[in-house]
Amino acid sequence: MKETVIKVENLTKKFGDFIATNQVSFEVEKGEIFGFLGANGAGKTTAMRMLCGLSIPSSGSATVAGFDVYRQTEHIKQNIGYMSQKFSLYEDLTVKENIRFYAGIYGLSKQVIKDKMTSLLEQLQMTAEENSLVKSLPLGWKQKLAFSVAILHEPKIVFLDEPTGGVDPVTRREFWNLIYEAAEKGITVFVTTHYMDEAEYCNRVSIMVDGKIEALDTPRNLKTTFNAGSMDEVFLQLARGAKRTAD
Amino acid sequence: MKQFFIFVKKEFRHIFRDRKSLLIIILMPIVQIILFGFALTNEIKNSNIAVLDNAKDGSSRAIIQRLDASRYFNVSQILNTQADIETAFKSGKIRLAVVFQPGFRESLLHTNHAQVQLIADASDPNTATTVTNYAANIISDYQKELNGQVQVPYAIKPEIRMLYNPQLKGAYNFVPGVMAMILILIAAMMTSVAIVREKEINTMEVLLVSPLKPLLFILSKAIPYIFLSLVNVVTILLVSVTLLEVPINGSLLLLMGESLLFIITAVSLGLMISTLTKTQQEAQMFSLMALLLPTLLLGGFMFPIESMPLPLRIISNVVPSKWFFLIVKDVMIKGLGFSAVWKESLILAGMSLFLLAISFKKFKTRLA
Repeated sequence: MKETVIKVENLTKKFGDFIATNQVSFEVEKGEIFGFLGANGAGKTTAMRMLCGLSIPSSGSATVAGFDVYRQTEHIKQNIGYMSQKFSLYEDLTVKENIRFYAGIYGLSKQVIKDKMTSLLEQLQMTAEENSLVKSLPLGWKQKLAFSVAILHEPKIVFLDEPTGGVDPVTRREFWNLIYEAAEKGITVFVTTHYMDEAEYCNRVSIMVDGKIEALDTPRNLKTTFNAGSMDEVFLQLARGAKRTAD
Repeated sequence: MKQFFIFVKKEFRHIFRDRKSLLIIILMPIVQIILFGFALTNEIKNSNIAVLDNAKDGSSRAIIQRLDASRYFNVSQILNTQADIETAFKSGKIRLAVVFQPGFRESLLHTNHAQVQLIADASDPNTATTVTNYAANIISDYQKELNGQVQVPYAIKPEIRMLYNPQLKGAYNFVPGVMAMILILIAAMMTSVAIVREKEINTMEVLLVSPLKPLLFILSKAIPYIFLSLVNVVTILLVSVTLLEVPINGSLLLLMGESLLFIITAVSLGLMISTLTKTQQEAQMFSLMALLLPTLLLGGFMFPIESMPLPLRIISNVVPSKWFFLIVKDVMIKGLGFSAVWKESLILAGMSLFLLAISFKKFKTRLA
């Protein structure tokens, strides 16, 4: 029995005359790693923000974790984690202080925070760095830490907005291992990315062009449909028709 | 509630980790008070003056001696010709030249019509006025003594009393002024910068996606700066009482209460600025231009508001510092109670509520 955690129908966002997201529809199942692809300015971030309750849709409907994006954003916030492309830890706080702060604003108890912190630091092999300021860490570590912090409160869904931007291939691989682990625990992962090799790691991928979803399937099926050797080719075939330029 | 403590704790961490800024926040009031108290004072002390004595008689010498002996003046140059006066002023070393005509004492005793010329450097008009007033007073004192017991019929002798500040100390005026200035700077600017920083480093997005309530966010941001501002009030009062000998004539509790009220007004201003700006630099510039400048120019402690043109007088009413300045002067210097300042307090409270309502409404829980 599949459980749908994100259900989107004809979701549209207009900024004046500009239609950032145009009648988008899709569903995401529990535990799925859902890749949300598109060129810069295709409308990925806008769509994601609507699902997170950061932006009110102009029309259409959507539920996240069973809650309505128009009226129940407070409930949605309790059930999601979020990590943005320009990662979001406090540079002038230590690793420990960042973990404690973010866990704290999600209302986790002291004991729970303590236990989780220990296991998290071990998992990331960062126990030795627990009292270092975040600004002294390499970018890859920061992003792994930011991801771990985003799922510390065990959300149903975690939204990742280009989480691996600017990171070397080895660290990206490690980052994806963290994503797999989260998915195994039943956390649904909704991820936008530029890297087409990362698209191959997703269970299903949607490709947005000019505010619309032009393709949505498993990477394997997409490659067959478009008669392409890699996701890169699939993406190029679709994106070639794009009218919008990167913003 | 737990969320709130965690957030406030984090804010204090930000502040304490940035040692340089913290040091500035703590030391700024002391530096300002000392600057205003000892360097920027507009009291006249030991001004250098020049004398051109064409009379060289008993009276002229007596007057010169009195001028020199007073704590306001120091006779630094004795001039010989009229032309020397110009040279002395141009060298910039003197503020006033006193010229006695030949036969000064003769005219004074016999024709009742002696003349002294006071020439002041009026490129700084305020100082020039003060300096000539002081000199004229010293001269007229001498004249009174000379008249001795001889009563001039029908003479009006005004008796002047300077209430609340008999020594005419500038500190009585600028201590309240510096308080207003510091509180606006710390409470408003720092709060706005602290909030805008979250936007700049993108943590705002994460906080908005979290279940944290906006009101909690705003309160947690404001509390540390309210606390620091209160520390500043205590510092300013301590320095004023001990170093500048400015007494606290009214109730200390009332003074602290009114300061807290003004701090809340300033924090509300900071909140509003944070909703209007996107970067820390913008917030800083905005605070300086829109808050510090009006505080200095229209707050009433540098330039008297009564002598401003009507439009400026009207505008000065929306400057919160003006009202706080009046309150502190009334409570601290004049020793008045709440009944004397309730109107000003009400205005500040009203301003705070208005600003809080606007910024809370403008505070975006959504990005677009």
